[in-house]
Amino acid sequence: MTLAYGAVLLSLASVLAALFADRYPTAARVAFTLLGLGGLAAVAAGGAALLGHEVERATLPLGLPWQPWQLRLDPLTGLFLAIIGAVVAAVAVYGPAYAREFRHGRSSFAVLGGFTGLFVAGMQLVVLADEAFTFMVAWELMSLSSYFLVAYQHEQAANRRAAFLYLLMAHIGGLSILLAFAVLAAHGGSFSFEAMRQVALTPNWATVAFALAFLGFGMKAGLVPLHAWLPEAHPAAPSHISALMSGVMLKVAVYGFVRFSFDLLGEPQWGWGVAVLAVGGASAMLGVLLALMQSDLKRLLAYSSVENVGIIFVALGLALLFLGSGATRLGALGLMAALYHAVNHALFKSLLFLGAGAVLHTSHERNLENLGGLLRRMPWTGLFFLLGCVSISSLPPFNGFVSEWLTFQTALQAWTLQSGVLRIMVPVGAATLALTGALGAACFVRAYGVGFLGQARSRQARHAREVSLGMRLAQGALAVACLVLGVLPTGMVELLNGIPQGLLGQGLTEATVHGWLWLTPIEARTASYSGPLVLVGLSAAWLLGAWVLRRGGVRRVQPCEPWDCGYARPDPRMQYTGAAFSQPLRRVFGMALSVAQVVDRRDGLRYRLQVGDRVWGLLYEPVGRMVKGAARRVARLQSGNIRIYLGWSLGTLLVLLWLIS
Amino acid sequence: MADLLSSLHWALALLQTVLFAAGAPLLTAWVRRVKARLQNRRGPSLLQPYQDLRKLFAKQVMVADSASRVFRAAPYIVFGSTLLAAAVVPLVAVHLPAAAIADVIVMAGFLALGRFFLALAGMDVGTAFGGMGSSREMMVSGLAEPAMLMSVFTVAMSAHSTNLSSVVDHLLSGGLVLRPSLMFALMALLLVAVAETGRIPVDNPATHLELTMIHEAMLLEYSGRHLALMEWAAQLKLMLYGVLIANVFLPWGIARTLAPLPLLAGFVSVAAKLVLLGVALALAETVLAKMRLFRVPQFLNLAFLLALLGMLSHVILELGP
Amino acid sequence: MTTIAQLSLLQQAVFVLAALVLFASFSLLAQVRLTSAIHAFAWQGALVAAVTTLVAVGSGVHHLYLSAGMTFVLKALLIPWMLHRMVRRLRLGRHVEAITHPALVIMAGASLVVFSYWVALPIERLHFVATRNVVAVSLAVVLLGLLMMVARKQAVAQVLGFMSMENGLFLAAVAATRGMPLVVELGVAFDVLVAMVLFGVFFLQIRESIDSLDVDRLNRLSESEES
Repeated sequence: MTLAYGAVLLSLASVLAALFADRYPTAARVAFTLLGLGGLAAVAAGGAALLGHEVERATLPLGLPWQPWQLRLDPLTGLFLAIIGAVVAAVAVYGPAYAREFRHGRSSFAVLGGFTGLFVAGMQLVVLADEAFTFMVAWELMSLSSYFLVAYQHEQAANRRAAFLYLLMAHIGGLSILLAFAVLAAHGGSFSFEAMRQVALTPNWATVAFALAFLGFGMKAGLVPLHAWLPEAHPAAPSHISALMSGVMLKVAVYGFVRFSFDLLGEPQWGWGVAVLAVGGASAMLGVLLALMQSDLKRLLAYSSVENVGIIFVALGLALLFLGSGATRLGALGLMAALYHAVNHALFKSLLFLGAGAVLHTSHERNLENLGGLLRRMPWTGLFFLLGCVSISSLPPFNGFVSEWLTFQTALQAWTLQSGVLRIMVPVGAATLALTGALGAACFVRAYGVGFLGQARSRQARHAREVSLGMRLAQGALAVACLVLGVLPTGMVELLNGIPQGLLGQGLTEATVHGWLWLTPIEARTASYSGPLVLVGLSAAWLLGAWVLRRGGVRRVQPCEPWDCGYARPDPRMQYTGAAFSQPLRRVFGMALSVAQVVDRRDGLRYRLQVGDRVWGLLYEPVGRMVKGAARRVARLQSGNIRIYLGWSLGTLLVLLWLIS
Repeated sequence: MADLLSSLHWALALLQTVLFAAGAPLLTAWVRRVKARLQNRRGPSLLQPYQDLRKLFAKQVMVADSASRVFRAAPYIVFGSTLLAAAVVPLVAVHLPAAAIADVIVMAGFLALGRFFLALAGMDVGTAFGGMGSSREMMVSGLAEPAMLMSVFTVAMSAHSTNLSSVVDHLLSGGLVLRPSLMFALMALLLVAVAETGRIPVDNPATHLELTMIHEAMLLEYSGRHLALMEWAAQLKLMLYGVLIANVFLPWGIARTLAPLPLLAGFVSVAAKLVLLGVALALAETVLAKMRLFRVPQFLNLAFLLALLGMLSHVILELGP
Repeated sequence: MTTIAQLSLLQQAVFVLAALVLFASFSLLAQVRLTSAIHAFAWQGALVAAVTTLVAVGSGVHHLYLSAGMTFVLKALLIPWMLHRMVRRLRLGRHVEAITHPALVIMAGASLVVFSYWVALPIERLHFVATRNVVAVSLAVVLLGLLMMVARKQAVAQVLGFMSMENGLFLAAVAATRGMPLVVELGVAFDVLVAMVLFGVFFLQIRESIDSLDVDRLNRLSESEES
């Protein structure tokens, strides 16, 4: 527990250090160092909690007089604390070089550093909280400080709009979560999680509480249709904050959902699992389709986060489904797959956002259509971004593949279910997951191919240079972590085993029963995967090929011009653009998106393409219109006439007197 | 599990992989020969692809000056991952260690890894042809993957496993059972195999016109040993799908023990099945015309529908009350 | 659970053919060309006749051979021939109908199959074990025929939907109760034949009135609104 305290205190200390950063430049470095140390402390605390057998509790004399803050460090909290810590440590190494550009600008670094520390402290307190009051206070701290971070570059109107939308939706979500806790607290009599665990709700009330929690946490995690804030807010923030938001804050929302449904609510119903599965699948599909159509690199990564959160919720839905049907072991497997994907996403999404930040830092260009050829100019960033793209496309031997494999294995156990309809729906859901995986790979081939390969499409891309050591180190560490988690899945599964053991009473010991080499989630005969041997096999195949072929005879490679059909040398503008790359998929899936193409022949030839989110027009605009209409009607109360106001006061006084009598 | 890991098993697994790599050009040559006969020509000799590969390996490599390291590394990655995917599919015998290291989903993952780098290599040189090939390939593979995985899931739901050894064991142990689900899964996998290996009616492996290329467009800039590796990987992929269809859906003859006679029988039976599949492929390529690109999604939707029907038949017809 | 491996080879063959009938229903739904759709319908009829024959062999009910023969002649030969003749007379041979959102129609079809399976689940008491599954498939074929009538605008396609509904009903009767009494079957067969003739006459009439066979345009015949 002391390590966890240390983590939170170090984050708060970095806030203090950052406040002096405007006057004394070294204070900024100190702030980032403290933040990094806090991250490492969080990793250590989390690791200890995962490996340990006891659950630690603590009570702090903060908060309300009759309700002091209660904190708890169990394996689930430990995992998310470790996720927060790892990404924060990477961001802390990355930050000093990246934030240098802000120190010479109009915005104050104190604001950036201060709110970053508060944001991290808020997230850590959310996962440590053991009662609803602490949870909500920390949740608000997290939301508000991230609002200020999103609005940091408030000179641009788009950023202000994005920040407002984010604040609005964060509060709606927070209200829903509060109501969910209120249901449990009303039945249990106390705000503490321990009391909420003991409550036995009727199935209807349990469903109400679940629905409220799903709405609130799902909105914060970015599930369709409440995801509209994500692609606006994440690109608006500075890149290392986007990494924190996409990599970590979405996971804190997942933590909240897991804590509420699996721990506090007790017995899940299979119907909840079907709902979560459906919403997760829809988020994954819509997220990846919209990601394929974006030309802004950071917006593409934000939509890809929507997709990956959808995948996490698909696995959670499967877990709830199996738990509700009585198959606890398969429920544990589904939970394990979901948590593994949460860890993986935190790692590779932060890696990708840090890479995008590096590109933005050196070329000041975010639009894919103006990038190109960056791999030759930024070899290290390009390599790490490639590893991130391979990981997020779920390709072996990296970590994205392992969590997807575990999810498929869970889904394929649907034959054990009793209901025939579920036995059909679950594999169909798994096939949708396969579709989103394939489309995700297409999206990242496009992002990497258009952005980093080929020839530079603009002057800024031509003048891009490799970034400084700190930024490279952070990306490299995350890339190595992705590879390690892909090659040693047995180690990770053993580490995570405490969580289903604690929450569901059943661990996944048979997953690693054949030794560290073999991952056998159900049994060896059903399916097994050996990460290390796959890596050995791939390396052997490549190295053998390279050695055999380069040994004899012709070794020298002759440079030449690219094939030009006998005409002039191809111009960088002749390359495939991002919009061109995704055009076949845009045609196939066009009905799920709102596509507007304009070809303007008046003066030369101009082509404009706009791909929008249908959910905006179907849900947000009608709701916005309704709210505005209701507000206008209520505004008639404000008539300006003093006698009417006095009349209202008289009326209220009369009603109160009548009530008292 | 430990019974799979003796040195004899490893040696046989390695031998099987080598046999795969060595036999792949022969299958391509056979298909070409049958096609030529159907078109009233004599056709090239069955050893022609080997001679082509040898010639290419000896030639100098010309790399475009705008290409990066990904372009030069991609042929090795593509060939390596396709070879590893081929190692997972039982060619002559089941119960080999490859089945414990990787199941059929991992095999699909290896093929996806190869495709990822192939598509990146296409985009690396910065010309329009490569980008076009990559874009079309990602569309085709994006739509083919759910169909293939759905048909794999149908088989896995029957056999309760994704481990290819267990699947083949389960199908062989039941005797002759007519399963509508497997029939539909087979039809779906045939369509997906045509799409993924780039054969007519989805893609023409012998064309270099920009209107019609998908796979060839991504390879356009390659030469010398790089081109040899890429071509070999494509031939390996064709043989992989052929063996997958032959040995998983029609597994009779495959060796279940590692004695010499069953191994020989396994070899002969898989060779016979591949000969027949080659004739069928050549017939289909001669009779059908290549579809225009935006008809390919309908083709792949048909494959998905067949796989879905397979899953529905499995649950509705094959599982009793 | 009695799985398929425990049933006789004949019963397995019946299942395979029933699954192919379902596939023929889907291909009827998705075919854009009328001539291919008529071929799919002919195959569906032939497959239903084959199922009837196999059930006759397995159960020894002899009048089923007659039903099988009648179905084959009627559904696989006569009616498709009449439809082909109609298509040639109305010069619809190369007519390609654009189905709006074919993927959505197919998804709706798949959901109908799942739904009919769910509806058929409570059926417990049947003479022959495991025919509940074929009843579920037949219900699905009926529903898919109705979906075809809803989704397609071409009048001939609607006839095909109607006919395939009848195929589904016949399949259900064969699987569940070993066919209907011969008199009933003869009556139904003649009804279908008469319906075909009437359709032919109607189509010519519709063509002359509104100059197209798109059933959505039939609302031009309404006198209340000006079109």
